[in-house]
Amino acid sequence: MTLCEAEKTFVLHGVEENFRIDGREREDYRPMELETDIVSHAFGSARLRLANTDVLVAVKIEVDTPFPERPFEGKLEFFVDCSANATPDFEGRGGEDVAIEISNTLSAAYHSPKVFDLRKLCILKGRKCWKIFVDILLLECGGNLFDAVSLAVKAALWNTQVPLIRQIDIDGNNVELKVSELSDCQRLDVKTAPVMVTVCKIGEHCIVDPNVAEEQCSVGSIVVSVSENKFSTVLQTGTGSLHSSTLLDCLKLGYKVAQRLDDALWSTLSKIQPTEDVGFLK
Amino acid sequence: MSTNKELISKIGLRLDGRRANELRRIRCKLGVFTQPDGSAYLEQGLTKVLAAVYGPHQVRGGRSKAQHDNAIVNCQFSMAVFSTNERKRRPRGDRKSTELSMHLQQALLSVIKTELYPWSQIDVYVEVLHADGGIYPACVNASTLALIDAGIPIKEYVCACTASLANNDTPMLDISHQEEIIGGPTLTVAALPMSGKIVLMEMSQRFHLDHLKKVLEKALKGCRDVKQILDEAVRLHVRDVGSSTGWAGTG
Repeated sequence: MTLCEAEKTFVLHGVEENFRIDGREREDYRPMELETDIVSHAFGSARLRLANTDVLVAVKIEVDTPFPERPFEGKLEFFVDCSANATPDFEGRGGEDVAIEISNTLSAAYHSPKVFDLRKLCILKGRKCWKIFVDILLLECGGNLFDAVSLAVKAALWNTQVPLIRQIDIDGNNVELKVSELSDCQRLDVKTAPVMVTVCKIGEHCIVDPNVAEEQCSVGSIVVSVSENKFSTVLQTGTGSLHSSTLLDCLKLGYKVAQRLDDALWSTLSKIQPTEDVGFLK
Repeated sequence: MSTNKELISKIGLRLDGRRANELRRIRCKLGVFTQPDGSAYLEQGLTKVLAAVYGPHQVRGGRSKAQHDNAIVNCQFSMAVFSTNERKRRPRGDRKSTELSMHLQQALLSVIKTELYPWSQIDVYVEVLHADGGIYPACVNASTLALIDAGIPIKEYVCACTASLANNDTPMLDISHQEEIIGGPTLTVAALPMSGKIVLMEMSQRFHLDHLKKVLEKALKGCRDVKQILDEAVRLHVRDVGSSTGWAGTG
């Protein structure tokens, strides 16, 4: 999608008057829909639809060997797949740049042990641990991918059931594990998992949740990921340059919005009922 | 579940409780996404597929590929890494997906009226969300719906179905993953159910020619059944869309 100068000016004026093209204010989000448990054979899953950005996240768990330098920790891996369904530009290897950017940012955001404690995934020191694969599938891109992905990942991890270890038999180098049934599992603790907010600078003001048109008008944007009351990563994207005072304003706005977003996510998750499989048929 | 791995039990029921000539439940929806020109979601049993159609539009990546008398149809098949029980390493680019892309293109080229769009391109993308046997038929059926949703003229529905032979004499319809594993040859057929023509036929294993006729017959019947279901979904969708726009422009 390309915009002409007049359209860009229109978006810019809208942001200045705090009345954006779809009627939102600068700090407002578009409507979101969240569903969990929609991939039946995964350990946890979630689908988030933010206006017309659509993200499906599934979590799979495997037994693996811990890294030698971190024998007490499990592993967490993010994989982003840009489906060509989202835009023909993603065909073949076209979506790889976007995919790598998102997955690297997610890994950075989840890196700190205060954010997500990998030590709980250790089964046997230096020998066995759980490896969590978080697979993210982008089905439609309507702007603001980072926020949508981070919320969907958090919801999917919240929904994830890690099997319990009933018994460990060690025989020389062989380790055999007896794993509990799927009905008897423990949930992951994701209270401190980060929420990302993209703050976009358009003209003199900063906005959150840009749609595709607004992303095109922005001179630069900052992605902040906030875990409870601390930043876990800050990433500047786009080609523009920002003044340091503007940057601080962006961070403050991002922090404030992330708190609201996190609260909203928790209250939604607590209300989710195990429903009949609706998924895409709704 | 039977332990002796019989495809059909003595009372004529299959592993998932179906009879030999029954399809799995098909549920589908047109227009699931807003950005593509046409999109559809289809569930066949546990197999879940999303299809999106972009176009007809200008040929991307240089005009050298463009044809002066036809539109080119570009298909990409892709499977989500979590779609199988064992996690996949790559969503696309392996041999199986390339083969399926080609077969899909073959089936769709037979029905799309490409001569109406010279110098242009139609993209069909399918994404498998859950693989439980019969991936190819589900992709073909979903693509047909997405093409219809995109409003691209087609000669008729193209539907696909699998069939197999149980206990060396009973033909079965619509093979699930479990039945694929247990064995027996699988025949995949993509057909034009209204004119009865076959556009793609694939046999996976060694198979006696004497049985081919009845298994093929069964697969074609499956295609006709699928067409009924798709047609119903399309009519329902058109009615919903039409009535919500007040049948604008039809009076």
